[in-house]
Amino acid sequence: MRTPSPVRPRSLRVVLAEDSVLLREGLIGVLGRFGHETVAAVGDADALRDAVSAYEPDIVVTDVRMPPGFQDEGLRAAVALRAERPTLPVLVLSQYVQRSYAAELLDTGDGTGVGYLLKDRVGQVEQFVEGLVRVAEGGTVVDPEVVRQLLRRRRDPLGLLTPREREVLALVAEGRSNAAIADELVISEAAVGKHIGNVLGKLNLPPAAGTHRRVLAVLAYLRG
Amino acid sequence: MPQHSVWTELARRRYLTSTAPWRSGAYLLGGALLGALTLVVGLALTAVGAALTLVLVGLPLLAALPLTGIPVAALERRRLLLVDPAPAPSPHRTPKAPGIPAWFRLRLKEQATWRELAYTVLFALVLWLLDLTVLACTVAFPALLVAAPAHLAAVGGPGNGIRPAKLWLVDAYPAAGATALLGLALLLVLAHPLGAYAAARAVFARLLLSPRDSELAAGLAEVTRSRARLVDAFEAERRRIERDLHDGAQQRLVALTMSLGLARLDAAPGSALADRLATAHDEAGRVLAELRELIHGIHPQVLADYGLAAAIEDVADRCPVPVETAGVRLPRLPETVESAGYFAVREALANVGKHSGATRVRITAAHTDGALRVDVCDDGRGGADPDRGTGLTGLADRLAVLDGTLTVTSPQGGPTTLSVEIPCEPQAQSAREA
Repeated sequence: MRTPSPVRPRSLRVVLAEDSVLLREGLIGVLGRFGHETVAAVGDADALRDAVSAYEPDIVVTDVRMPPGFQDEGLRAAVALRAERPTLPVLVLSQYVQRSYAAELLDTGDGTGVGYLLKDRVGQVEQFVEGLVRVAEGGTVVDPEVVRQLLRRRRDPLGLLTPREREVLALVAEGRSNAAIADELVISEAAVGKHIGNVLGKLNLPPAAGTHRRVLAVLAYLRG
Repeated sequence: MPQHSVWTELARRRYLTSTAPWRSGAYLLGGALLGALTLVVGLALTAVGAALTLVLVGLPLLAALPLTGIPVAALERRRLLLVDPAPAPSPHRTPKAPGIPAWFRLRLKEQATWRELAYTVLFALVLWLLDLTVLACTVAFPALLVAAPAHLAAVGGPGNGIRPAKLWLVDAYPAAGATALLGLALLLVLAHPLGAYAAARAVFARLLLSPRDSELAAGLAEVTRSRARLVDAFEAERRRIERDLHDGAQQRLVALTMSLGLARLDAAPGSALADRLATAHDEAGRVLAELRELIHGIHPQVLADYGLAAAIEDVADRCPVPVETAGVRLPRLPETVESAGYFAVREALANVGKHSGATRVRITAAHTDGALRVDVCDDGRGGADPDRGTGLTGLADRLAVLDGTLTVTSPQGGPTTLSVEIPCEPQAQSAREA
């Protein structure tokens, strides 16, 4: 697939927080190329909160490290925004693969409509925009690098999972739908459903109303 | 460089054949000359200063007079090495601020300056005369006797008569030869008192001119502080490099991969251009990944943001050997402690990965009894030697600055436990976490 999909579900209104002018312009370009509108592009956490109040965007994309302290101001702002507006989709771009950041973000709201991606991913423009759309639609996206690191470190209860089940869980963490997972692993959608059922069972996540078991599974996965 | 002090040589049988008597003689001769010179210069300075006081110019000159001990003492400390090779360090501290006024203030405040002045006064008025007297009695007097035959020949041979050392009349060569032999014997016998006096004289000089225990302790404290400053500076430099890479090269590379990604969308699929762009894109991606790892290794951001516990989890995630971190419970600790603890764990896990052959690692960390204690245990084959690994040595140095300790227990056959203990107090919760 080399050209933007001709069927555009909708154009997203994005508030972007990134202190590097170079990247900010680049991101606006990428988003524009795929038909999404950057309604505000800001350079620090306070301006981000103001912009969200002013524009009520469909999704927020923010860097982790931002002025004034150049620590995790962007992540803090994202967590704070999610506390005020639990349904506001937020995609955090990080320069680092860090489980702590991802876990903190997933703890906000009900864990849906959040994404934590490595900044490197924006170079893979199509995948990046796909992830963005998935988050905007209420999906959960965790960077494959974080997932890979966690897989390398086998811990209970994840140790109970078969390799195939772990593979499926990793793809769930990346925010794929059952259909997409079936595609990726070249198995039937029913098989995917069965694997996910097994995973939820082994992670001791019984079906209950009002919880997103898939997200809980990913969370269990992140926390170890 | 002489190997032994005159004092030790004196107790040996081969004293006379060693260089010790010569060195003693040279020391005393130098003392006599230098002492006389000091007296002359000291008197001249005092006189000039006093005379110029009338026109006020002399006042600063007189005020500087107490400092005359400093160069004399420096010279005397060097001369000490002639009879005693043990180092005689300067008791003076280095002024903290640059410039002459700061130097003056410090020197006038130091006890050592006044001890040196006392020595100098004593040197100019008494010591050099003593040196000269001893030298005259033990060397010059026998030397005169030894020189009797030559003296006799110089005055015209037998018949003319000489009185070596004004003692007795010698007017024939046999008598002169006997006198010379006596002189030689005396020279050998008196070499011992000569050495003894020189050694005692050196002990006295050292007493006044070398640093006292309190001054040594102050010096040591300064060394410790400067080492801590160096470590801090090193840490700050690490962060600066990390920030520069992060804000500069990394951002540009991300922007580059973005441009390449967009360019690939525009290239005709399957064309040569598309292939080249794909290659360039992948390459840029790899560089970016390498740079990310590099930056992380310099200073992980998670350490600053979430503290040591999260940073340990993070290293554990990256370790090829499964690591259990359930026993890590820590408050936020001072930055330098967290950093030292982090690099200790990283080094430990790197060693586990490289050498141990372990299949499991368990990390426990807690803050108890006013100290951070971290243990990294693996089930590997053991036999780790902290003296051989340069990484562990560097680690121990780093911990020593914080008064911390590193213990490695690693019997053959395992298991290996690396323990780090650093005294510290938990950091007050920052406003952010409150």
